[in-house]
Amino acid sequence: MSTSAESLRVIENATCTFCGCVCDDMVLKVQGDRIVEAKNACVLGKAWFLNHHPENRPLATIEGKPVSLDEAVERAAQILVQARYPVVYGLSDTTCEAQRIAVAIADWIGACVDTTTSVCHGPSGMAFQGVGEVTCSLGEVKNRADLVIFWGCNPAESHPRHMTRYSTMPRGLFVPKGRKDRTVVLVDVRRTKTAPAADIFLAIKPRKDFEALWALRAIVKGMEVDERIEEETGLSMAQLKDLAQRMKSCKFGVLFFGMGLSMTRGKHLNVEAALALARDLNQFTKFYIKPMRGHGNVTGADNVVSWQTGYPFGVNLARGYPRFNPGEYTTADLLARGEADAALIIASDPLANFSQPAREHLRRIPYIALDPKETPTTRHATVAFTTAVYGINVAGTVYRMDDVPIRLRPALPSPYPSDEEVLRRIERRVRQLLGHPSSVHP
Amino acid sequence: MTPTFLLIAGRTSRQGTSLNDSKFGAEYLEETRTLLLHAEDLKQLGLQSGQRIRVRSAWGDAEVIAQVDKRGELPRGVVFIAYGEVSSRLMGGDTHGTGMPDSKGIEVVIEPGPVAPGPPADDLNSSEQGS
Repeated sequence: MSTSAESLRVIENATCTFCGCVCDDMVLKVQGDRIVEAKNACVLGKAWFLNHHPENRPLATIEGKPVSLDEAVERAAQILVQARYPVVYGLSDTTCEAQRIAVAIADWIGACVDTTTSVCHGPSGMAFQGVGEVTCSLGEVKNRADLVIFWGCNPAESHPRHMTRYSTMPRGLFVPKGRKDRTVVLVDVRRTKTAPAADIFLAIKPRKDFEALWALRAIVKGMEVDERIEEETGLSMAQLKDLAQRMKSCKFGVLFFGMGLSMTRGKHLNVEAALALARDLNQFTKFYIKPMRGHGNVTGADNVVSWQTGYPFGVNLARGYPRFNPGEYTTADLLARGEADAALIIASDPLANFSQPAREHLRRIPYIALDPKETPTTRHATVAFTTAVYGINVAGTVYRMDDVPIRLRPALPSPYPSDEEVLRRIERRVRQLLGHPSSVHP
Repeated sequence: MTPTFLLIAGRTSRQGTSLNDSKFGAEYLEETRTLLLHAEDLKQLGLQSGQRIRVRSAWGDAEVIAQVDKRGELPRGVVFIAYGEVSSRLMGGDTHGTGMPDSKGIEVVIEPGPVAPGPPADDLNSSEQGS
């Protein structure tokens, strides 16, 4: 409880981990156990910091009843070692240090390890493997980009500081006038709140992204495109040719794409078309493409799972070596098909976000959930741990959406353990139960 | 013949801010249970803004509040809902070998009145353990 006698502390350069922008220029004012001001934060960041308050929840529960941490760790480890086809899922809202322990647990028990990437930019991850990604940092975008295209995303609502901090508004080394030196294009089904921030809004028909992107590839290469493309995509030949010309003639172009491509019919093929277009444009100019990543450390999850297993998500470790197969080893499928017989869920809420068949199966199997807040998933968990909030209570490393690692500077202590601490304890007990008391993980 | 609409689920500012408070809070639940429709579509269906309606896909159905798209974001035939339990309820389990169910561009029909069969929309948010 804060009192007027408690001094005000200021934390400079704190990091907001709410979305993939991972803005690290927060100035937080802390009084007692509350953050009372979050300077530089966007509307989402302010809600993230100012709504943080001590949870009145038990440290851990088993079937809804409060238990000690030791009892919960024991039950969690027993569930995991007894399972025949477990899955370790979530990971995008925790530190890289916790993520690597979760992968270690999956390795010990021969589980599938999967992250929330699989239900956001998982198809993009597949497309990267098929086409490759012409990539750059957001710093390069800030300093160089004179053409910025947002396709199937709505940064005004999902990444509010993306435009002001990185992509459209800031003055940069080669764009000294900032916004005036850039052309901004939005391609979307909806005329979203991002539209007023764009110079050009192109209203595409739903589920026609692949067709429009493929037509743009042809136009960029000087090939003829059937006039019926307008009827097909909602974009006129004049609009497509104008966009193609702008893309070829810019000095530094970047296409940011959202889940309008990856969540719509076509999925990885839509993203492959966008990646191929960006690749093609490098015959004419410098052109880059980046996904708009949602959760604060979903990019870290991709990186950690990749450097530990060789693949970013949907990895099966049951044979003692990693196998990657989206659609088979991804959690939405493992649950919807009724295959997984236990789950370890870290910092995610599949009982709110998955399809009905997947949710119904999850409720039938024993699972462990780690989360700072109460969610539908923690409410129904066999074992639930309340954990400290990364970035606010817990230090560690996260990756911004452009794969830049950033160190967290926590503002407040927490009465709850970190995800990393809980996972380390579970991993240690799992090893003991499996007869591997010594660890290769420090 | 009942007209078919394409449902897009997505992030909204209010959904993003209210989930920081609680996924069981009134603001989050209201935001994620409100379906935006084009004014002409609303009129054609004979519905009023604020009316309880039933939205149904091939995989599930839910009761939501109809709301006219005041900002003019939506084209005719497209409806929008913020990500949440209701939008998930309308998704199918099949991911077409990608791990990602179709979450945007889902074909739905809209009817007046509450959902007749099945559990209430907040069943999964109840405090009961298991099922």
